[in-house]
Amino acid sequence: MKTLMLSAALCLAASGALAGKAFVSNERGNTITVLDTETWEVITEFAGGNRPRGITLSPDGTLLYVCASDDDTVRVFDTETYEELYTLPSGPDPELFVLDRSGSPLYIANEDDNLVTVTDTQTHTILAEVPVGVEPEGMAISPDHRWVVNTSETTNMAHFISTVDYQIKHNILVDQRPRYAEYLDDGTRLFVSSEIGGTVSVIDIAEDGTPTLTQKIGFEVPGVLPEWLQPVGVKATSDGSRIFVALGPANRVAVIDGTSLEVIDYIMVGQRVWQMAFTPGEEYLLTTNGNSNDVTIIDVTAEKAIKSVQVGQQPWGVAITPN
Amino acid sequence: MPKNLVPLLAAAALGIAACLAAPSARAVEVRAGVLRVDYPTLLPISRYDARPEDLDFAGAVLADEDNATTGSFLGHTYKTENAAVPPEGALEALDTMLADGIRYVVVDAQAVELLALADRAAEAGALVLNASAPDVALRGAECRANLLHVAPSFAMKADAVAQFAIWKKWPRWLLVSGSNPEDRALAEAYRRAAKKFGAKIVEEREFEDTGGARRTDTGHALVQRQLPTFLQRAKDHDVLIAADATDYFAAYLPYHLWTPRPVMGSAGLRPVTMHGAHEAWGATQFQTRFEKLARRHVTEADYNTWLALRVLGEAVTRTGSDDPAEIESYILSDAFELAAFKGQKVTFRDWNGQLRQPILLYDDRITVSVSPQEGFLHQVSPLDTLGLDRPESDCTAFQ
Repeated sequence: MKTLMLSAALCLAASGALAGKAFVSNERGNTITVLDTETWEVITEFAGGNRPRGITLSPDGTLLYVCASDDDTVRVFDTETYEELYTLPSGPDPELFVLDRSGSPLYIANEDDNLVTVTDTQTHTILAEVPVGVEPEGMAISPDHRWVVNTSETTNMAHFISTVDYQIKHNILVDQRPRYAEYLDDGTRLFVSSEIGGTVSVIDIAEDGTPTLTQKIGFEVPGVLPEWLQPVGVKATSDGSRIFVALGPANRVAVIDGTSLEVIDYIMVGQRVWQMAFTPGEEYLLTTNGNSNDVTIIDVTAEKAIKSVQVGQQPWGVAITPN
Repeated sequence: MPKNLVPLLAAAALGIAACLAAPSARAVEVRAGVLRVDYPTLLPISRYDARPEDLDFAGAVLADEDNATTGSFLGHTYKTENAAVPPEGALEALDTMLADGIRYVVVDAQAVELLALADRAAEAGALVLNASAPDVALRGAECRANLLHVAPSFAMKADAVAQFAIWKKWPRWLLVSGSNPEDRALAEAYRRAAKKFGAKIVEEREFEDTGGARRTDTGHALVQRQLPTFLQRAKDHDVLIAADATDYFAAYLPYHLWTPRPVMGSAGLRPVTMHGAHEAWGATQFQTRFEKLARRHVTEADYNTWLALRVLGEAVTRTGSDDPAEIESYILSDAFELAAFKGQKVTFRDWNGQLRQPILLYDDRITVSVSPQEGFLHQVSPLDTLGLDRPESDCTAFQ
């Protein structure tokens, strides 16, 4: 009997890992929606704290981290049972964060306090608080772990923080209201979206990590007012061949050729598209659409939207379990 | 907009690139002043509209903090002095600021004092940012080359209301205005807006300012009897547009009409630059930052002052300069843009120094809508559908 139960448990664990799950934070509904990434069915929806926004997973996919902005904490959930395990100190109003690929630390943007908080996910302690510009939001970590980038929405800078001493070593001015930062997997380039500026800044990274702003990518869609083309989420494929940019109230995701840096297509998605995540093999790209309360699933190879799934109220971020 | 738009924009883009490279570690100390002229006034109709003592100044403190945080990465520091003075003390207060080396002054005053201050500032090569005066003439014949308008004009606000009325298909207006000169100027802005967007003012009435009762002395009983009779037998209309710039009667209009109709303008649905419940486009962060500092909700005056100083801060950040001529020329250039929690960048009209910005339509509780409305297009920017467009402006100071 015991053996049977054990193997049943193993089976469950195995099928769980195979199916894959997407976790969507619903900013207004205060919930997390769980999607099955094979069937695209909603598995469940559970309470995520007050104003859940930034969302990410531990490298092994067992822990879900959620910025519960209005609770001034990071909530940690079990990705199988959806139970809240504990909270992590985050500093006030955590909005978005990035987890070191080793699983710790967590670098958290504190939107109201002009800080990036560095939190050890093992000891649950704050390692450092780094003063940054006004309204920090976008967070990225260089593939070699040496740099954490934070974008500040009102200061309009990308701050490059050394992970050795947590000091800012470089600042790059970008266009108005930078929301998101995304490194290429080889670490040679960083993209920063500017929501109100309407551009994506291309920042090339030298061997020693020194950043240089090389160009800005603009957007143009016939019949859509330029004011509505507001870049927010940015995702690059691991080979760097395609960069996807969520355009907010333009209800489109732009597809950029990674070599020419030209916009080659716009994919229609739901309303007010903000954040995005790839499935592990990069077959699909999920977008959160805050005004239509749904998630659009994009077939990455075909560069087409194939499905949309209703989630909770005002979906903000999305994280998908690794293989 | 100049004829050769595309090359100019390209040049502007290059300009941005140059500026991005430019902000060096050169230390810049930006000193600004906020000069508020306090006029003798009656108590407002509603206690909610009482003027806080730190009106404008609270916005300035937040702007200083925002600018200083950004400046800390560039070697720029910001310090802003405040002064609240009666009208007869305005010039003296300005002289003190100028003597102190201040060359950027945000002014909350009426047109007469504002112009006197701007002209005195011009002699010292100082730049004035208008944070309140709504007079259309200040953007037209009375414009000044060293006077930029962060506050919207009556025309911008009237156009914002008019576009919403047209979008709602409420083209028949009953215009009810006050009898003070400011009220009449505002009524004129609504007449112009009606003509511009195809609404029809079916009838006009003027509610005379006789120094009537406030609610404290059971004035509401009189209001309840007087207003409906004042408004009876009006021609068929879709909406009542109230033009009461001096705040003596419009607040009483909703629920005291003869014919039940929505009220817009100076009561009901009001055009504002900001209000304490506005949350869209990241404004929640602005609200929480402001409330933490001031322990109260933000007012239009605070927001306008904050925005004026942020305009200055943004120009200093991008140019690395504190020279007023250089700063003003950057602010008026195509390279200038600023995020102001309005969902799109705010910029300046280079023909009269007016800031382009969306106008919130507010029902005293929530943002009901934001103008410009969908479908109101313009060859330069939809924001130029609000207020005086280049061909309508008789301002020559910027040529």
